[in-house]
Amino acid sequence: MNDSRITDSLPPEATVLGADEIILNMGPQHPSTHGVLRVKLKLDGERIIDSECIIGYLHRGVEKIAEHRSYQQFAPYVDRMDYVAAVSNGLGYCEAVEKLLGAEAPPRARVVRTILTELQRIASHLLWLGTHALDIGALTPLFYCFREREEILKIFEKYCGARLTTHAFRIGGLQYETYDGFEEEVKRFCTDFEHRMDEYEQLLTENRIWVGRTKGIGILTSADAIALGVTGPVLRASGVKWDIRKAMPYAAYDQYKFEIPTGKNGDTFDRYIVRLKEMRQSRLICLQAVENIPSGPIMARIGKVLKPPPGEVYHGIEAPKGELGYYVVSDGTTQPYRVRVRPPSFINLQAFDRMARGALVADVVAIIGTIDIVLGEVDR
Amino acid sequence: MANDPSEKDSGSTPPVTAGGSETPPKTDAPESKPDTSAAPPKAAAPATPTKPEAPASSAAPKPPAPAKEAPPKPVPLDNELVQRMKARFGDALREATLDRKQAIILVDASRWLEVARYCYDDEKFDYLVDLTAVDWPKREKRFDVLANLYSFPKNERLRLKSHVGENEAIASVVSVWPVANWLEREAFDMFGIPFTGHPDLRRILLPEEWQGFPLRKDYDILKQDTAWVRENLGIESGQ
Repeated sequence: MNDSRITDSLPPEATVLGADEIILNMGPQHPSTHGVLRVKLKLDGERIIDSECIIGYLHRGVEKIAEHRSYQQFAPYVDRMDYVAAVSNGLGYCEAVEKLLGAEAPPRARVVRTILTELQRIASHLLWLGTHALDIGALTPLFYCFREREEILKIFEKYCGARLTTHAFRIGGLQYETYDGFEEEVKRFCTDFEHRMDEYEQLLTENRIWVGRTKGIGILTSADAIALGVTGPVLRASGVKWDIRKAMPYAAYDQYKFEIPTGKNGDTFDRYIVRLKEMRQSRLICLQAVENIPSGPIMARIGKVLKPPPGEVYHGIEAPKGELGYYVVSDGTTQPYRVRVRPPSFINLQAFDRMARGALVADVVAIIGTIDIVLGEVDR
Repeated sequence: MANDPSEKDSGSTPPVTAGGSETPPKTDAPESKPDTSAAPPKAAAPATPTKPEAPASSAAPKPPAPAKEAPPKPVPLDNELVQRMKARFGDALREATLDRKQAIILVDASRWLEVARYCYDDEKFDYLVDLTAVDWPKREKRFDVLANLYSFPKNERLRLKSHVGENEAIASVVSVWPVANWLEREAFDMFGIPFTGHPDLRRILLPEEWQGFPLRKDYDILKQDTAWVRENLGIESGQ
């Protein structure tokens, strides 16, 4: 992709800049990089000619840790990757190990998982919307978004005691039954949320400054998106109608009706619209699911010591940021032989260079925001 | 073929879940196809919706009984895709297996790029989901390099695998799927596998000067590049 890299390893003559070119460092400590991301920009005046993302500041060696923990012990670690969507991380990991075991969670557990995961998707998108708008200069939406996100976190807290790194699911199902009034609270949230969504739209969708800062910025064509392996809302905003929840349903998604919103232009504005529409769809899924939670056990009988037969499995789910995959290899012992996480943020961030070239410095914050990265997941 | 949609409600369900409230997810397939490439959905069709034996006998008395079926294990795979690839690559296609209903094709490392190109051009696996490695130090060729592929037109996954020895290189597939750029850099960073033809093969997560490859099995979890830590962080140990 990148033939003209700015690296220290290049011979000296290659790093000589033209008269108008400068190199600008953004980060690793910069409020709009959403974590410790360093972006090296090569500029011609205000325009970006080349860029390079330097990552790894938050690398904790999660995949190595996995090889030294039992299957259950590793489950809380996955919450620390995409820490604003911990529930989705947990779902992916638990389902991957269940596949490896040849077991499946009971229907009640699957439906409750679906509800919590969709609430988490809304919460993750809300955090994205608030901070993305803040980056671009709209201060108000942040307070509105956090107001609703708080409601979701309260539901999580009541359900499992934690708000962010929830560890809500267990391999084989759920540890906790839903609390009294769970259904009503989810229903109340979803009912109110519809009007709240309208409020965000009022603030932003037709706001001239917002449209000016996002329309036509950071364009990614559908061909580029597929070639760069981009997934999630970023892919769909480029016009590719693909969602793992539909293509290869997991949890209980095959039981519910919902649509896959897509965009046309693949610009920052489309990605904003797609995520907003996705929140509305998630709300619909929650409403359908909460109407009819099957009764029955919440945990499959899989035993306390997990020893999956030797073999390997890949399981991908549609996390709020894109395809979150777990590739787990078992050698027949109680510890995974290898756990590979396919992080959506890491791979989506690779498309940053394609989106940023030709843009202005001021657009960089819009583009970083629109990819919706979480550095904990990029670096693992 | 390892077609994930059919996995959903096949055999592994415990009896209690066999009540049939779910509908097979097949109906959604057309909607989820992003573009209208010509390839017809081949091997997807004959997948069995439910395995007959498990639920019938042991269902009634104790509902959440464990699924008492044979534990999942890899079985040989022979479908149209494998036959086409065998015809094309001969002995370079070492083995084709089905593990947990997921197709795995093991190919010679020397023809890795060629097979990748074929999968992209002819079999329409247009999306490289992931590329990584696994270390098996006791084996003669210690690394598995593997690529998880997905085809948007066919809604199908495939895993390509190859064995690479220490100090051996494997061809880069960046020219086929540009996404492989960072993925190969990460595999190089963590395992030290060189990818020939990669445009920019440097470490990606660890510092450039770091010594050692952490995801190799002989790299202890407490081990680190103490010299680097001392020099750059000014402390004796990162622990």
